[in-house]
Amino acid sequence: MTELPLPTYGTAPPRNRTLRRFLRHRLAVVGLAIIVILTVACIVGPWLLPYDQLYIDLRARFAPPMTGAHIFGTDPLGRDIAARLFMAGRVSLLVGFMAMVISTIVGTFVGVVAGYHGGRLGAVLMRIVDGFLSFPAIFLLLTLAAFVKPSPFMITVIIAVTSWMQVARVVEAEVRSLRERDFILAARMLGLSSSHIMFRELLPNVAGPIIVSATLTIANAILLEAYISFLGYGIQPPLPSWGNMLNGAQQYLATAPWLAIVPGVAITLAVTGFNFVGDGLRDALDARSDLS
Amino acid sequence: MEDPVLVVENLTIALPKEMDRAHAVENVSFELRGGRVLCIVGESGSGKSVTANAIMGLLPSTLTIASGSIRLRGRELLSLSGQDRRGIYGRIVSIIFQDPLSALNPLMTVGDQIIEVMDAHPEAAPQDRRGRVIELLTEVGLPDPKLMAEQYPFRLSGGQRQRVMIAMALALDPDVLIADEPTTALDVTTQAQILELIHRLQRRKRMAVMFITHDFGVVADIADHVIVMEKGHLVEQGPASEVLVRPRAPYTVRLLAAVPKMHDGTGRVGDPDAPVVLSIENLTKTYHASGSLFGKIREVRAVDDVSFTVRKGETVGVVGESGSGKSTLGRLVMKLIDSDSGRIVFDGEDVAPMPEAQFRSRRPHIQMVFQDPFASLNPRHTIGRILTVGPVGRGTPIGEARQRAMHLLDRVGLQPSAYERYPHEFSGGQRQRVGIARALMFDPHLLIADEAVSALDVSIQAQILELLDEIQRETRIAMVFITHDLRVASQICDQVAVMQSGRLVEFGSTADVLGNPGTPYTRSLVAAVPGAGRASN
Repeated sequence: MTELPLPTYGTAPPRNRTLRRFLRHRLAVVGLAIIVILTVACIVGPWLLPYDQLYIDLRARFAPPMTGAHIFGTDPLGRDIAARLFMAGRVSLLVGFMAMVISTIVGTFVGVVAGYHGGRLGAVLMRIVDGFLSFPAIFLLLTLAAFVKPSPFMITVIIAVTSWMQVARVVEAEVRSLRERDFILAARMLGLSSSHIMFRELLPNVAGPIIVSATLTIANAILLEAYISFLGYGIQPPLPSWGNMLNGAQQYLATAPWLAIVPGVAITLAVTGFNFVGDGLRDALDARSDLS
Repeated sequence: MEDPVLVVENLTIALPKEMDRAHAVENVSFELRGGRVLCIVGESGSGKSVTANAIMGLLPSTLTIASGSIRLRGRELLSLSGQDRRGIYGRIVSIIFQDPLSALNPLMTVGDQIIEVMDAHPEAAPQDRRGRVIELLTEVGLPDPKLMAEQYPFRLSGGQRQRVMIAMALALDPDVLIADEPTTALDVTTQAQILELIHRLQRRKRMAVMFITHDFGVVADIADHVIVMEKGHLVEQGPASEVLVRPRAPYTVRLLAAVPKMHDGTGRVGDPDAPVVLSIENLTKTYHASGSLFGKIREVRAVDDVSFTVRKGETVGVVGESGSGKSTLGRLVMKLIDSDSGRIVFDGEDVAPMPEAQFRSRRPHIQMVFQDPFASLNPRHTIGRILTVGPVGRGTPIGEARQRAMHLLDRVGLQPSAYERYPHEFSGGQRQRVGIARALMFDPHLLIADEAVSALDVSIQAQILELLDEIQRETRIAMVFITHDLRVASQICDQVAVMQSGRLVEFGSTADVLGNPGTPYTRSLVAAVPGAGRASN
C-alpha cells in the first residue's frame, strides 16, 4: 500500500480562523471593549469611589456631574450617582447574565430534544414554544412580577421564562438539519443511546448558533430588566438597578437631566455592546463569510 | 486544420497565502480548436475547475490570476473591461456545471431562464425568443418542449435538468462550450445519454468543447485531445488515441491503471456452503408523499418485495440507478429506517420486528461505511473519539478501545498520530479509511458499504477497494456493497443484485449478471458504462 503522509492543507485550525474573522469585525471588537470596560467598572468601581451607594449627603443634593468627587453628580437625596450606577450595573448585568444562562439551558434542551426526536414529541414541544411566544412578553412579565415578591432572583427567573423560546427555535431548526447527516446515522449504527447522540454528538455542532443567540439574549434581558424596574415592578429601591434609577429620575427630567442620562447611557452601551458582539460572532462562526 | 478558438498561455493563478501550495494553476498552456473536444483530466485539487472558471471570469475573489493570457478568437480576455467581458460570456463561450439543480434558479420556469440568457445579449438573440426556447428544448431531446418550458426545475429529473442547462448554454450558439464535470452527478444511463447529446450537438454545430472530468472512461468516449493535470501543473497533453494508449507521464500511467474496468470473471466465487449471515425475505418499504391539499397521496415503493442472501466471506453488490431503492435497502437492513413488511434474518434471527431498544445489542454486528466521508465523521470530535465512542458506550474500558483503535488505524494505513487529530485535517480518502476503521471496531459480522468509494478520486478509489478486499479476506466478513458503478461492482463482488424502481430484477454471480445480462434493464446499465460503449462502434 502506498504510504500516506498526513496532509498539510488547511493548516490553520478552525478556531483560529473564527477568532481572526471576529477580530476583523470592527463593531464586534468595539462591542467587546464596551462590555469589558462596563463589567470591570461595575466590579472594581465601587471600591475605588470615595462614596458608598447608600451614603446620603443632604448638603450635596442635585450636584451636577463633575462637582468635587461626584463625577456623575448626585441624586435628590445627595447619593453619589457613580457609586449607585456601578452597584446597579452589578445587579443589571448579573440579572441579564443569569437570565441568559437559564434561558439558554432550557431553550437548548427543548430545541435539541424536539429537533432530534421530531415526530409527535417534537411537535408537542414546539407548540409549547409557540404558546409561550404568543404571550405578549411585557404583559406576562408585569403580571408575573405583580404576583411574586420582586427579588433579583425572581426577576431573573421571570425574564428567563419569557426568553428561552428563541434559543429553542434556533437550536431545533439546526438540529433537525444535522440529524439527517451521515455522522448521526453512524452514531446510531454504533448503537449509541439517544441522549448520547443528542448531547455529545449533536450539541457540539450547534454551539455556534447557541452562543450567538445567548449574546443577543443577554442584551434583551438587560433591556427587559430595565423596563420592568422602570415601571416599578422590578428591582425595588434602595437596591439600585439601571431601570429603577431611570424611574427615580423621571420627575426631575427638566431640572436634573443627568439623573436619567447617566443610567440611560449605561443601558444603551451594554445593550448595543452585546448586540455588536452577537453580530460579530454570527459572522465569525459562519465559515461561509470567508468567501466574501 | 482550423485556427485555435481559445488559446491559454502560461496561465498562473495564485492561491491565498495560508494554503499548502502557492499556485492553484501554474504555467498552463493549451489550445482549443473549433469542432474539437478537449478533455481536461485530473484528480480533485488538480486545478482543472479553476482553469475553467478563470476562462469564464468566475474565479472567487481569493484567487487571482498572477500571469499569463487567455485569448478567445484572438482577443485577450484578461485585459477586457467588465462590460466587454459580459458581452462574451454566454454568447461566445458558455459553461455547464456539475450540479444542475443548484445552477438553476428554483423560482423561475425553465423557459424564462433560457429567455433571460437571450435578454442579456439582445444583439445576438433572435426575435422570436419563445420559439427559440422550444427549438432548444427540442434539440436537447426533452419530451414535450412546450410543456417543459413552463416547468420549474424541481419537477425535472437530474438528467432533464442537465439537458436544460445545456439548452441554456447553447441558446446563443456559442463557439466554445465548457463542461465542468457535467455528468458526475448523474446515473450511468443518464450519463451516457448526456455524453451522447453533447457529442452530437458538438458535431452538428462545429463547436469547440472543453470537457472537464476525472473519469477516463468518459475521456475515452468523447475526447479528441487530452490534457492531464496534477497539482496545478500540466503533466501531459496530446491526442486522445495517443495519451490513452501510450501515456508518457508517470502520473497518467498511474491514473489510467486506477481506472476501474469491467471484469467479466473476477475469479471470485463465493463459498456456497458458507453459513448465511443475512437473509432478506420479501422486504418492502413504501414512502407516502403527501400531494397537494386535495390531491391524492402518492405512494412510492422504495423497496418492493426484495429477497436475497449474503453468506460469510461473500460480497453482494447492489447496483441500480439513483432512485432504484438501493440506499433505502441498506438503511432498512441497518434498521436506520423501519421496514413495512418482510423479514430481515440476521445470524438466524428475524430482526425486522425488533424494537430499537432490543436491536441495540445487535448493532455492533452490523456496521456501515457511508458514502460521503466529509459528512459521516463528526467534525467536532477527534478521530480517536470517533473510533472509540461506540465500544466505550457499551462498556469497553477506554484503554482497550484505544488499543484496538490504534491497531485499526494502522490496519487501514493511517499513522498513529491520526488518533489526536480532527476530521478536517484529512483528505477524502483518508477519512474514508477512518470510516472503515470505525466500522471494524466491533468485529462485525456484516459490513454494508453504501457507495463507499463514489465520492473519491479513481486512484484513491482503487486503494480503498483493495483495502476492503484485504480486510474481507482476513476477517471473512460478509459484505453488502451498494454502488451505481458497475465497474466497481464487477471488481469486488461475488454476487450482484440489480435493482430497478425498488424491485430486484436480477440476482446471481457477478460474471453471469454483468457478463451475460438476463434483463433489458441490466443490459442497458452494462451498455452505458463509460469507456465500454462507443469504443466498439
